[in-house]
Amino acid sequence: MNELVSAVPWLGKRNPMAARWLIIIIALVAPIIAWQFGRSWVRILDFALLYMMLALGLNLVVGFAGLLDLGYIAFYAVGAYTFAFLASPHFDIHMPFWLVLPLGAAFAALAGIMLGFPVLRLRGDYLAIVTLGFGEIIRIFMLNLNYPVNITNGPQGINMLDPINLFGWDLSRNLQVTETFSINSLFLYYYFFLLCVAGSIVFIQRLQISRVGRAWAAMRDDELAAKAIGINTRNMKLLAFSLGATFGGVAGALFGAFQGFVSPESFSLMESIAVLTMVVFGGMGNIAGAIVGAFVLAMLPEILRDIAIPLQQTLFGTVILDPEVLRMLLLSLAMILMMLLRPTGMIPARARYAHPENMKREGAL
Amino acid sequence: METLIQQLINGLVIGSVYALIALGYTMVYGILGLINFAHGDVLMVGALTALQTMMFLMGVAPGMSPIYMLTIALMVAIPVCMTLGFLMERLAYRRLRNAPRLAPLITAIGMSFLLQTIAMIIWGRNYHTFPQLISTTPLQPIEGVFITPVQVIIIVASAAIMIGLSLLVTRTRIGRAMRATAENHRVASLMGVDTNAIIAFTFVVGAALAAVAGVMYASNYGIAHYGMGFMPGLKAFTAAVLGGIGNLGGAMLGGIMLGLVESFGAGYIEHLTFGFLNSSYQDIFAFIILGLVLIFKPTGLLGERVSDRA
Repeated sequence: MNELVSAVPWLGKRNPMAARWLIIIIALVAPIIAWQFGRSWVRILDFALLYMMLALGLNLVVGFAGLLDLGYIAFYAVGAYTFAFLASPHFDIHMPFWLVLPLGAAFAALAGIMLGFPVLRLRGDYLAIVTLGFGEIIRIFMLNLNYPVNITNGPQGINMLDPINLFGWDLSRNLQVTETFSINSLFLYYYFFLLCVAGSIVFIQRLQISRVGRAWAAMRDDELAAKAIGINTRNMKLLAFSLGATFGGVAGALFGAFQGFVSPESFSLMESIAVLTMVVFGGMGNIAGAIVGAFVLAMLPEILRDIAIPLQQTLFGTVILDPEVLRMLLLSLAMILMMLLRPTGMIPARARYAHPENMKREGAL
Repeated sequence: METLIQQLINGLVIGSVYALIALGYTMVYGILGLINFAHGDVLMVGALTALQTMMFLMGVAPGMSPIYMLTIALMVAIPVCMTLGFLMERLAYRRLRNAPRLAPLITAIGMSFLLQTIAMIIWGRNYHTFPQLISTTPLQPIEGVFITPVQVIIIVASAAIMIGLSLLVTRTRIGRAMRATAENHRVASLMGVDTNAIIAFTFVVGAALAAVAGVMYASNYGIAHYGMGFMPGLKAFTAAVLGGIGNLGGAMLGGIMLGLVESFGAGYIEHLTFGFLNSSYQDIFAFIILGLVLIFKPTGLLGERVSDRA
């Protein structure tokens, strides 16, 4: 939160208290403002919150521990599919939400460890490719495990997932406050997701300044030196993978329940790259960066969709760049230009050193 | 027995295409230590440019002999890809040479998706049929074993290109400069090698190989689309790692081996897993091999360089 507060332009440095309240108020009223533009915008905000959770989790792996993971979406998929298996008519199992969520997180964490073990010795670019391969393997299995035994229902995916049910309170139904006034379910999901994101931020913030967080930073900056001062880099790497995966799993379970169906299409490599771009764009190793990056890059394609499509229609008469192309263009350009022009991201992570002036510039990433 | 020989031929064909692509990866990695993630997409640009040229030629001169048409298409596709390779190096990778280690890789990933997006804008997101200019009626050298003339040409041409490249690297002045740069940039530049030019040259040669491989790949499968470069790119990278990254002979060997493993794997996976997995799992072999090689022998089959690059 402190990082987020100091990232608020102008106000953040002068009056942190006011900036803090500003962020809280914006977070609370955002869906009400979005509602004025149409209900789809509230939905987009809900997805932006899920992306924030993913970006926070990936930031843990990439930003804190320095392990470039290109298969991160696989954990999201594991969470979503766990939810789909255990709370849908597909196998006709309907376990309660509070049981499925931790299970999804646990399976994702397990997948994280499974990925972590073989890649312990790899670094940098090799690690990236192997994790990418892992993500693809998971996706290929999701696509093809409908034969000979139908487990994942193949490319069609699984439908009719149970909605989130908090102790008998069904979030997919509008909340009837009085006879005439009801709160739309999209708002309920928004505030629930907001709570989850807020919880994640608090947790990750505590984690970052803990022994583990400092060990990760040491390992990221110089693995050999970290080993030499007695850090068990093997355990630290596994911890980074499994904790990062846990966030992915939780976000995946929430995604499945929110969207109501899951299919392999949602877990393509493009999504892994999208989340990575969010982290890179916002600033690696920085909670505020992950939040801002996820928010900007989740909202911008949608805003562009609303502006660019009519604009093209009036200018050229046809739509040359459709929304999907625009999104890919935006993400890839964001990634390249950010690396070339501002490699530390929109909100650079502050190094936690006693004498930052002694740090060389290239050591910052 | 026929199936065995048939899979062997299929494996050799696809393996030689992988080998050509893998050469591009391995040359760039050998010199810069960079995985040029966008290499597979250069292949896609090559294939689609060739396709576009052929479409144009068919409209202008319908009676043209297919061999000429294919040659002209290649003559267009190769320079386009070379320019692309040059621009990528010049505009993006060169600036990141001294950047932190994750930066060039992330840029390369962005570059790969940028190329795909641009291709999507130009050529749309549909699958295009790649014109089969060379006869695809299969020959039957042995009873029950089929090989198409396209496949024969692929094997012969890639063998010729690989020999040519080996000669370029081992026998010429510029090849020696490349090897020197790969060994040590700074020392090479002290010896009077223009390392910047050599690195650009490496990218250009790699891109030219990718263009040829792209045309081969598209002719073999008869289709081309904006995302076609991704999988062969990844597999070729696997091949390069399998052979020992940075080593040209290794890339060739790795490519052929990967092609064979894939083709045998796809042919026999159903028997091996008692019908549980089928040939739609073909793509996972490359990843499994990649994982195994990196874990047990990260230097690859022929590599002598240590992969532990901080």
